[in-house]
Amino acid sequence: MSFDVEIPVLTTTVEKMVNWARKSSIWPVTFGLACCAIEMMSMSSSRYDIARFGAEVFRGSPRQSDLMIVAGRLSRKMAPALRRIYDQMPEPKWVISMGACASVGGVFDNYAIVQGVDQIVPVDVFVPGCPPRPESLIYGIIQLQKKISESKLVVKAG
Amino acid sequence: MPMTELRTETMTVNMGPQHPSTHGVLRLVLHLDGENVVGAEATVGYLHTGIEKTIEQKKYQQVIPLVERMDYLSAQSNSFSFALSVERLLGIDVPDRVKWIRVLLVELQRLNSHLVWLATHGMEVGAITVMLYCFRERELFLNINELIAGFRMFPSYIRVGGLREDLPPGFHAAVTEVLDRMPAKLAEYEDLLTHNPIYIKRTRGVGVVSKADALGLGLVGPIARAAGIPYDVRKAFPYSGYETFDFDVPIGVTGDVYDRYLVRVEEMYQSLRICRQALDRISPTGAWAVADPRVVAPSKDKVYTEMEALIQHFLIHSQGFTVPAGEAYVPVEGPRGEHGCYVVSDGTNRPWRVKMRSPSLMSCQALPTMIHGGLIADVIAVIGSIDVVMGDVDR
Repeated sequence: MSFDVEIPVLTTTVEKMVNWARKSSIWPVTFGLACCAIEMMSMSSSRYDIARFGAEVFRGSPRQSDLMIVAGRLSRKMAPALRRIYDQMPEPKWVISMGACASVGGVFDNYAIVQGVDQIVPVDVFVPGCPPRPESLIYGIIQLQKKISESKLVVKAG
Repeated sequence: MPMTELRTETMTVNMGPQHPSTHGVLRLVLHLDGENVVGAEATVGYLHTGIEKTIEQKKYQQVIPLVERMDYLSAQSNSFSFALSVERLLGIDVPDRVKWIRVLLVELQRLNSHLVWLATHGMEVGAITVMLYCFRERELFLNINELIAGFRMFPSYIRVGGLREDLPPGFHAAVTEVLDRMPAKLAEYEDLLTHNPIYIKRTRGVGVVSKADALGLGLVGPIARAAGIPYDVRKAFPYSGYETFDFDVPIGVTGDVYDRYLVRVEEMYQSLRICRQALDRISPTGAWAVADPRVVAPSKDKVYTEMEALIQHFLIHSQGFTVPAGEAYVPVEGPRGEHGCYVVSDGTNRPWRVKMRSPSLMSCQALPTMIHGGLIADVIAVIGSIDVVMGDVDR
C-alpha cells in the first residue's frame, strides 16, 4: 500500500480539536451591570481588541453565548435575573466574575449587594480590580481558555 | 362560514433588565400596538447599591471613592460635588490653583463621558465605527487619569480640602497633547454623523420633549438645554471659579434626539475651550490643598522630624476630621446635568446623611413621555440620547 506524503495530514484527538474550537471562539453574553461594563467595552474596542483572542462576538441573547462576564456589582434585585440568564445559556458555558464587587462584594459590604456572584452561579475565573484593567480581563479570558483546553470531553463512569 | 370578528389588542413587552441597549440594567415595560409604543413604564432599582447608607459609616475622606462609583462615567463630578459641600460646611476656601486643576479635571471628565455616550449611542443606532473611534480617543483621557492617580476610571484625586497630591511631572505636556488632538477627532465624528442622512432619519423628530415637559419632569443638563432651557449650573450658580472662564452654553430648539446630539457635541468643543484656559492658569508646582491643619495632613518631611506633625498625621489618617454640624448642598454641572450632593453633618467625623441629586433618575422619569407614540425602534435611540447611567439612577 503506497502512502502519499503530499497530502497534508495532521493527527489529533477529537477532544483536542473540540477544545481548540471552543476556546478560540468564546462568545460572551452582553451582560454589563456597572462600572466594570465600561472596561469590558474598552476591552472589546479599539485599543485592546479582544478579537485577537476570538472573544469579540458579544451576543445580546444568552441562548447564543458561551461565556457570561459578570461585570459589576450584583444587587439582590438583579440576582434572580442573572440566574435566569445563566440558565438560558446552552452548555458548555463558563462564567467570569469581573471585579471586586462581583467577586466578593467589593467596597459595598451592605444590605443591597450580593457578596460574591459565586453564591448565584458557578464561577470559573475571578478577575480582581475595581474595575480591573482591560489587560486583567484579557488575562482572565486567557486563563479560561487554558481551562477549556484542559477539559475532558468524556468522563469515565465509576 | 361566518366571518370571525378581528380583534386587536396591545402587546406588553418586557425590555431589560438585561438588554444590550439599556445602558446597564434599566427595565422598560412597553405596551405596543403593532410597532407603535402606546405606553411605557420604566422600572429602576436593579443596580441599587446602598451607597448613601454605606456612606454614613465612612469618614469624610473615605466617602470620595464611594461617590465616584455612583455615576461611574463622571466619577470626578460626584467627588467634586461632595468635596465642595463638605468644604462649605467646614468654611474652607481652596487656593486658586486647586480650583483651576479641579475645573480642568472635571472638564476632561465631561469630554470622557460624552465620548462614551457618543460611542454607545452611535453603536445603538447602527454606527459601529463611531464607537471604535470614540473609545480610541477615550483612552487618551484615561491616560491622564493614570498619570495623576495610577487609576483609569476612578482617580479619587479630588479630596475634601484640595487634591490628593501635587500634579505629576509632565502633566501639562500630556494634557496639551490631548487637547491639540481632540478638535480634529471631534470633526471626524461630526463627519460621520452630523450630516449623515441615515443618522438624521433615525434621530430628527424622535423622542421630543417640550420645554414645558422638560421643566415639569425636572430635566437638567444637555436634555433640558436641547429643549431650549438655558440652565447650566456653571453659569447659574458658578462654583470653583467658573465665572472667570469664557465659554458658551449651547441651546437646542426642538428637544429631539438629534438636538441632544448637537448640544453634546458642541459642549465637547466648549469643554476644550475651558480646558485650555484652565491649563494656562495652572503653574506646574504650587499649592495643591488648603493650608488647614484640620483637614490636610502635614508633609512627610515634617512628619518624620516633628512630633506635633506626626500626631496630626496620625489623627487625620486614623480618626479623620470632624465637620461642624449643619447641612450643605453644592451642585455641580456634570456631563448629565446637575450633580448635587446634600450633606448633613451632626458634628462628628462621619456624615449623618448624604443624598445625591442624580440627573439620570430624572431622565428615566422622562423616558415614558419621550417614547410615547413613537416606534419601538426609536426606543433605542431615545435611551441612548438621554445618556442614562444606572449607577447614578439607583445608587
